[in-house]
Amino acid sequence: MRNKRNVLRLVLLLLSLSFIGIGIGQEEYLEVMKKAVRICLECIGIG
Amino acid sequence: MSRVHRNRLNPKQRIIQLSAAVLFNGYLLGFRKGRIYTGSSKAICVPVLNCYSCPGALGACPIGALQTVLGGRHRRFPFYVLGMLLLFGILLGRVVCGLLCPFGLIQDLLYQIRRLPLIRNIPLWKHLPFGKGKGIWKKLDSSARYLKYGILLFLVILLPAFAVTKTGINPPYFCQYICPAGTLEGGVPGLLMNPQLRAAAGALWNWKLFLLLVILAASVLLPRPFCRYLCPLGAFYSLFNRFSFFQMELDSLKCIGCKACERVCPMEVEVTKHINSPECIRCGACKASCPTGAISSGFAGKGKNEKREKVH
Repeated sequence: MRNKRNVLRLVLLLLSLSFIGIGIGQEEYLEVMKKAVRICLECIGIG
Repeated sequence: MSRVHRNRLNPKQRIIQLSAAVLFNGYLLGFRKGRIYTGSSKAICVPVLNCYSCPGALGACPIGALQTVLGGRHRRFPFYVLGMLLLFGILLGRVVCGLLCPFGLIQDLLYQIRRLPLIRNIPLWKHLPFGKGKGIWKKLDSSARYLKYGILLFLVILLPAFAVTKTGINPPYFCQYICPAGTLEGGVPGLLMNPQLRAAAGALWNWKLFLLLVILAASVLLPRPFCRYLCPLGAFYSLFNRFSFFQMELDSLKCIGCKACERVCPMEVEVTKHINSPECIRCGACKASCPTGAISSGFAGKGKNEKREKVH
C-alpha cells in the first residue's frame, strides 16, 4: 500500500513537471502573464 | 463559546500565514501608486487564491490563470497552469490552505474576533447551531462541502472551456461572479484608488461586494466558511491530501483518545479516524493541542510516526 502510494506520488510529480515543461514549450506562460499584468475587470467585479 | 470551535491562536501558523501574504503581495509600491505589478514574475502561478489584480500581487492566481487559458482564443489544454497546480497539490496538499493562503488568514483573524474580551461573553455564541457535530447542522455542513467541487467543475473548468460567447473569449466565470479574494484584494483597493473604476462599478460590483461581506460575516460565526464550502482551489488540493508528499500522522500508541485535536480543528475533521481527510487544511491546530504529542506532520518518510497511522 505504502509502495503504491509512493509510486503514485512520483508519477504525479513527474506528470506535473512534464506538464509545466510542455506548457513552457507552448509559451502558455505568456498567456498567463498577459492576463496577470492588466487589471482584470471581471476578477474585481467591474466587467 | 462552542465546544468544537475552541480554535486557539497558533503563533507559528500566524507567522507563516503573514509571511506568505507579504511574499505573494510584496509589491508595496503598487498600493501607493494604485497600479498593479507588471514584472516577469506575473507569469508564475502562486499556490494560493491571490488575485493578480491586487496592487501588491507578484504572481498569477492559478484559478484565474486556469480559466484564462481554458477560455482564451486558442482554447488549448492548460498544461502549464495544471502542471503548477498538480505540483503544489502533490507536494503539499491543503497545507496551502492552512498556512499560505491570504484569504484563509483573513478568515482566521475574523474568527478570532469572538475571543476579544468584550465579545466572548455574548450569549449568542452558545446558541449558534454551528459545530455541534450532530443533527441538522452536521448534515447541512457535510452536504454543503461538496459545493466547492461543483464550483471547480462548472465555473472554473467546464464553463470557461465550453461556453460559447460572441467574442470567442470566455470570461473567468468564478472570478467574475464569486471570488471574494478578487473583490477584497483587487476590487476594493482598485476602486478606492481609481476614480474611473469607481465610475464603472455597477450591479456586478454590488453583487460581489455583497457576497464578500456575507463571507466575511460568516467567518466571524464559523471557521473558514469559504474554504469549507466554496473555494475551488481548496477543492483541487483536497484531492491530493491522502497521498501528497506532506502528510499528517497519528501515533496510535501515544493517542489517549481525548479528542482534544477534534475540538480545536477548524474544519471539524475527525482527526483520530481520518487524519489526512480531504477537508484537513493542515493548519497544525490538532498537533499543537495534542497533550501526548501523538500527532506529527512532515514530508513523506520524514514524520516520526510514519509507521503508525491508524488508531484502533
